[in-house]
Amino acid sequence: MIELSDITYGYDGSPLLNGISLDLSPGSFHFLTGPSGAGKTTLLKLCYLDLKPAKGTITVFGAPSEKLGRDAIAKLRRRVGVVHQDCGFLEHLSLRENVAMPLAAAGQDPTQHDAEIDELLAWVGLARRADALPAELSGGEKQRAALARALILSPDVVLADEPTGNVDWEMSLRLLTLLVELNRMGKAILIATHDLNLIRAAKAQVTARVLRLRRGQLDVAGVDL
Amino acid sequence: MNLSQSVLEFLSGDVNAKRIVPPSGFTARLTAFTAAAMAFLAVFALALSLATHRLAERWSGELAQSSTIRISAPLEQREAQTRAVLRILETTPGVATARALPPDEQRALLAPWFGADLPVETLPIPQLVEVVETAQGLDSEGLRLRLSAEAPGAVLDDHTRWRRPLVRAAERLNLLGLGALGLITLTMAAMITLAAGSALAANREVMRVLRLIGARDTFIARAFVRRFTLRALAGSAAGTVIAMACIWALPSVEQAGGFLTGLGFAGAGWLAPLLVPPVAAFVAFWATRFAALRALKDIP
Ligand SMILES: Nc1ncnc2c1ncn2[C@@H]1O[C@H](COP(=O)(O)OP(=O)(O)OP(=O)(O)O)[C@@H](O)[C@H]1O
Ligand SMILES: [Mg+2]
Repeated sequence: MIELSDITYGYDGSPLLNGISLDLSPGSFHFLTGPSGAGKTTLLKLCYLDLKPAKGTITVFGAPSEKLGRDAIAKLRRRVGVVHQDCGFLEHLSLRENVAMPLAAAGQDPTQHDAEIDELLAWVGLARRADALPAELSGGEKQRAALARALILSPDVVLADEPTGNVDWEMSLRLLTLLVELNRMGKAILIATHDLNLIRAAKAQVTARVLRLRRGQLDVAGVDL
Repeated sequence: MNLSQSVLEFLSGDVNAKRIVPPSGFTARLTAFTAAAMAFLAVFALALSLATHRLAERWSGELAQSSTIRISAPLEQREAQTRAVLRILETTPGVATARALPPDEQRALLAPWFGADLPVETLPIPQLVEVVETAQGLDSEGLRLRLSAEAPGAVLDDHTRWRRPLVRAAERLNLLGLGALGLITLTMAAMITLAAGSALAANREVMRVLRLIGARDTFIARAFVRRFTLRALAGSAAGTVIAMACIWALPSVEQAGGFLTGLGFAGAGWLAPLLVPPVAAFVAFWATRFAALRALKDIP
């Protein structure tokens, strides 16, 4: 569904990613690991077309990215749920309104989806915090809210950047279960994380490929994981 | 996008679009105030240009009317002098038509004072000759000279002549009024673009988040456009009402009978200022839309 081929990217000239290829096909489950600053977030940004590659092509749902206009990109992003590392909420809106915002942006009436919103908020354990403003949430609560927002349009691809960074182990497993569940429904999942325990827990449930990003290169990590 | 469709969508009020931009009290009040002030000025400029237009029309209408030649001669010379005058007029450049008023018309002119049965033919009442000028007008000094030579009793009465430069002045004022309207419109567009620009800059992060969750540019722009359009509409409506009240309360100079027509609206002219708020809203709509879509250009 998202295919990167031979991507090169660097912020202001200095090379960061060097000839990276990646295929997120339906039903695939990927983990993306690598040292801090290796470019994991950058790679995710390329996937949802927030950045343009210096070289190489990105194909999203069959469409080459350079042929896509702004409206087409907006439409494709509704099929890609993203949990951003820095969350990015609308600070003047309640958590519930933030989670519902992709619906409004997609031209749907959020009030028609109250049940789904409630269900999602309950699953990530935020049912009682629904009316809080983002500024009033803890780091972990924000991450969970970000996951809820990423899933509200039931996207075909989920890209999660450190979704469990600030969450306790029990909640991490709960979130993982949600993602595994979605993966079983055929969605492609990519999780960038440093959490090896999470990766192990996932491998017990699904066949997940673990990718390691280092010095601009993407390798499949060993079976020891 | 289809224009009427987008206007409909816009007026129907997308509840979600309304809330996506955080409230911004200061630019809001600034925009409403600017729109009110501009509408106030626009109504005055409109009043000026309508009044000067009326003035120019009236004065040039009077100019087009016939000037008259009055022949005061003893009864027995009257006929001869009248013929002489008509002959002169035939060869005077700038004269379209000329005719001596027949007795019944002269009688009709005098009827209000002397009754309908005045025997004008036998009274030493001046004969009137009505002269209709061509567009270029005639050389009244030359005509006066010829008249005094050949028909000593004839007097050219062209009291409307001095108004010609006034008509030009009125037309010029009318143009100035229209120019002022244009400037006010442009100024308001510029002010709203600036206000919208600052609101957009302050909300860059909001626009970024919205883009990332799949909002189209028009969806994001609409939230800003809606806000600024409604403010401009409300502000300009207030400004228009205040300006109309001020003009309505101006002391009327019409009944003083002077040539000055009041700086006001007449009849259907009172409907003209009602166009100001919709025009202001229209200007705000496009100014904000332009600013928003431009600001969104560099958000991926
Ligand atoms: N907007 C930017 N401009 C310039 N340099 C940037 C920008 N964003 C990231 N970088 C740099 O690019 C490198 C990779 O950043 P990136 O955020 O992709 O790393 P990461 O693998 O996600 O790290 P972490 O595990 O800490 O989240 C870092 O050295 C970072 O400083
Ligand atoms: Mg990162």
